[in-house]
Amino acid sequence: MKKVTFKQQLLMELGVTLALYLFFQSLMSLGIINSYWRGIVITICINVVLTVSLNITSGFLGELALGHAGFMAAGAYISAVFSKSIALIPSVEFPLALLIGGLFAMFLGYLVSIPTLRLRGDYLAIITLAFGEIVRNVLLNIKLTGGAGGYSSIPKYTTFTWTFFIAAACVLLSKSLINSRQGRAIISIREDEIAAEASGINTNYYKKLAFIFSSFFAGVAGALYAHYMGFLQPAYFNLDKSIEILVMCVLGGMGNIMGSIISASILTILPEALRQIADYRMLVYAIVLIVMMLVKYAPQFEGLLNIFKPKKEEEA
Amino acid sequence: MDTSKVVLEVNDLGINFGGLRAVDSLDMVIHENELYGLIGPNGAGKTTVFNMLTGVYPPTDGTIKLEGQVINGKTPHEIAKLGIARTFQNIRLFKNMTVKENVLLSLGAHADYNFFTGIFKLPKFHAQELAMEDEAMRLLDVFELRDDSEKLAKNLPYGKQRELEIVRALGVHPKLLLLDEPAAGMNPQETENLMRTIDVVRKQFGISILLIEHDMKLVMGICEKITVLNYGAMLACGTPEEIQNNPHVISAYLGE
Repeated sequence: MKKVTFKQQLLMELGVTLALYLFFQSLMSLGIINSYWRGIVITICINVVLTVSLNITSGFLGELALGHAGFMAAGAYISAVFSKSIALIPSVEFPLALLIGGLFAMFLGYLVSIPTLRLRGDYLAIITLAFGEIVRNVLLNIKLTGGAGGYSSIPKYTTFTWTFFIAAACVLLSKSLINSRQGRAIISIREDEIAAEASGINTNYYKKLAFIFSSFFAGVAGALYAHYMGFLQPAYFNLDKSIEILVMCVLGGMGNIMGSIISASILTILPEALRQIADYRMLVYAIVLIVMMLVKYAPQFEGLLNIFKPKKEEEA
Repeated sequence: MDTSKVVLEVNDLGINFGGLRAVDSLDMVIHENELYGLIGPNGAGKTTVFNMLTGVYPPTDGTIKLEGQVINGKTPHEIAKLGIARTFQNIRLFKNMTVKENVLLSLGAHADYNFFTGIFKLPKFHAQELAMEDEAMRLLDVFELRDDSEKLAKNLPYGKQRELEIVRALGVHPKLLLLDEPAAGMNPQETENLMRTIDVVRKQFGISILLIEHDMKLVMGICEKITVLNYGAMLACGTPEEIQNNPHVISAYLGE
């Protein structure tokens, strides 16, 4: 077996990213993807960022986190406030707004990571759930951002190009994180915390690192969302939203980045594709979800899905 | 023997679990490149001693010195980095990581490329990862695990899992290696192979080994010095011959 060098791998990843971008971009300029579907593609990219980043904490670190919408909301609101109150040229202001959204969410991620040093499993799930609800309730009561009525006329800076490349960056950086010593340390905590400590891994540090990385991208996704919709409402960032991201994450496979991308795409398109049967939409959505989960774990279909798995995961 | 460098020095070590005195005033000196055995009936406190040496339990009293430096009160990962690595009685591998990744994990604790170098794949990341991969393969060779390097750890047969745990511990670059019943569950053939490999490891890497084992043949065969624990207290200490003829040890194991 010939080994792929790091350089070749990097070039391949960047090549695929660029090819995908040019593919979508040309379809859009040719009008094959109309503005309605362009919106869906942008939503897919935002959901990919959310799902992949959640996968770092839930899939790779192995902590069930139910507050991802909270990080997204924090990033969305802070970046919206920033770009509404500062008047710079958009090509400077927007990246700054994204960065601020990410950094603020990252700060909250750091705060949330502190209890995770002591809590695991169900208890951590409850803490993160509470965090999400706290963020939403705080937003409901802040006058500056319009409270429950919503925060409107946010400049609509989000374009397909921005969203696509941020999603690509999130995916590629997550992948290289997982293949670095830091990523292996994060995975080893999921596998066996005591053995990780005994192997010289500072588990507290790496838990914090995973939470910070994950919440940063959730914040950026929120900022993208805010500048795409131009309007924010606290109710959007409720528990349902966190669960929706978690479902995408679980369906794609805990600890499987490629799977996250695929399932985020499918689960974003599905509700849109089902609009024709308006009344039964959510019913069909639920049924499709159950069938997909069953198929995913059925041995009969294993060969079908193995193409998405890295080679090493095959049974010996 | 006694003129060689002292690696581990344990003085008056003790720990209380509530009202229970699990280990009481244990003294132990391990020299460089020595193979030291720790034996005793079930529940004697052997694994508790390991847990104190590796920082899992803070000792209630006494001191532990690694090459003259006091290490009690330090966290397990700090102690690992200072040079005490261990295996576990009930195997604790990273089951869903490959064999190679298990070793890379412990080697990685010594690499110093930072988070950003890692996620942006800067040249330093490449250089260190390649060096680590090389070393991982060389360590796996010691136990003939090279061919299994891409397998998931959970898919290895039991005996090889035990060996992989030792390889992972060697990745920490230990000065002292603690082996907690490495031969548990192995057949006589596997045990004999393991005995030989442990001796090879000690000589090749120049490390000291502290061994907990129930297999008397293994302990008496390869250890240079043995401490016997019973009910948390030190019963005897000496060479295998001295231990075999010690009346206290015989009565603890076989009854009066």
